[in-house]
Parts: sequence; structure tokens; C-alpha cells
Amino acid sequence: MTGKLDNALGFYENALRFRSQRQQLLASNIANADTPHYKAKDLDFGKAMQAAMVNSSAASSVTALTQTNAGHLSATSSLPGGGAYVALRASTQNNMDGNTVDMDVERNAFTENALRYETGVTLVHNKIKDLLSVLQG
Amino acid sequence: MSLLNIFNIAGSAMSAQGQRLNVVASNIANADSTTGPNGQAYRAKQVEFMTVPVGGVQEAGVKVARVIDDASPAKLEYNPGHPQANKEGYVAMPNVNVAEEMVNMLSASRSYQTNVDTMNAAKSMLLKTLTLGQ
Repeated sequence: MTGKLDNALGFYENALRFRSQRQQLLASNIANADTPHYKAKDLDFGKAMQAAMVNSSAASSVTALTQTNAGHLSATSSLPGGGAYVALRASTQNNMDGNTVDMDVERNAFTENALRYETGVTLVHNKIKDLLSVLQG
Repeated sequence: MSLLNIFNIAGSAMSAQGQRLNVVASNIANADSTTGPNGQAYRAKQVEFMTVPVGGVQEAGVKVARVIDDASPAKLEYNPGHPQANKEGYVAMPNVNVAEEMVNMLSASRSYQTNVDTMNAAKSMLLKTLTLGQ
């Protein structure tokens, strides 16, 4: 049952996790708009998502619980981080102080990502509603 | 809960920009202070920002690394009647460039506002997440 629920919600779970990671990176970019030598970063959502879906279908374990007693249950979680898909943003106009944050690009991406995150939340909300209606008949 | 980190990131930027605004206010207020505790004319100050890691490795907040004195020379103004005037009648005035400080002030306050917006967006995303399954 848990496996089925994981299958049903896993996609949305990954999507929301990467969206929130990306949102955090964009917030860092905006916060460091005036920091000399700061390089703007971004997460490649598509690639991270593809890799996560391949990983989850192969049921790879990234984190495991530490077992200090033979009676402990083993539990694994397949939650790959998006860290490998973070890259520096190619900048169009360089600042004299080596900062590559373009405020227009960042704000645009920030708003877009927030909207997509909320879309994801709405989708998973509907999915839960669907599952509940199946369960309750 | 990585969305909560956005509050730390935007908060660090808000306090750093606030400190920058403080320094600007001090510079503008002392644009005509010919003497200070050390007997010298006031020297304009500038903040230097640096990134600080917040949460993960990639995400970074910002903090004021140090406040530096502007190295440009004091402006000399001819005013023989001034008590601080030297033998030639020149008074050393602070090296504050008021136009530059005004631009700095606008930039700091805009950056502050942007970070408040960032925080608001993160808040509405979190609130939306909390309604899941209801």
C-alpha cells in the first residue's frame, strides 16, 4: 500500500522538492545582488527531475537509517538532491565588481518558479482528492 | 524544509542592506562635520558585502564583512574665518559625495524591498503547502 502511495505521489514529491530548492537558489541570487564576485546560480529542473525519476524507478537508496540494534527496522529513502544539477548562470552583462546577478532575470525566474510550485501543490492536492474519493467510494 | 531557508537568506540580505542604509545615513548626516573625536574631518564609510552559506552548500545569504573608510582625500575649502582653517585658510571638509550617497541609498532601499517581496512569496508558497490534503 505504501509503495502504491509512493508511486502515486512520488512524481509530485520530487517536483515540489526541486522547485523549492530552485526557489532557494533564486532567493540567494536576489539576496546577493550587491555582493562583489558573487556568481548567479540556477538549478536545471528538467535534468534533476529526469535523474530523480530514473533513480526512483531503480529504487536506489541515498540515505539509510543507522541501525544500532539487531532489532531495529531498516528503512531507506530515495531522495536524491538536486545539487548535481546546479550551474552558474551565463550572464549577458557583466558588472565591474564580478557580480553576475541580473535582477530582471532573477525576479522573472523567481515569480515563474513560485507559480509552478503552487501549480504542483494544486496538482498533488487534486491527486489526494482523487485517491480519497476512490477510498471512500 | 528548504523553503524555510528562504527566510534566513532574505533576512540576512535585509539586515545587510539595513546596515548599508545606516552607513549612508551616517555619511549624509556628517557631510559637513569638519571635526570628530580624533580631531580630523569625518571620512565617508562604505560597507563591504560577502556571502555566507545558509543551509546547503549552494545557497548563500549575505552579511556585511566590514565597514571601510573611503580612501579619497578630504575636500579642501577656502574659509579663513573657520576655526579649523589651516595657515593658508583652507578647511578640510569630509570626503562625502552626497550624490553618490543618494544613489547608494536608493539602491539599498530597493534591494531591501526586493528581499521583502522574496520573503512574502516564500510565505505564500509555504501557506499554500500547508493547505495540502484539506
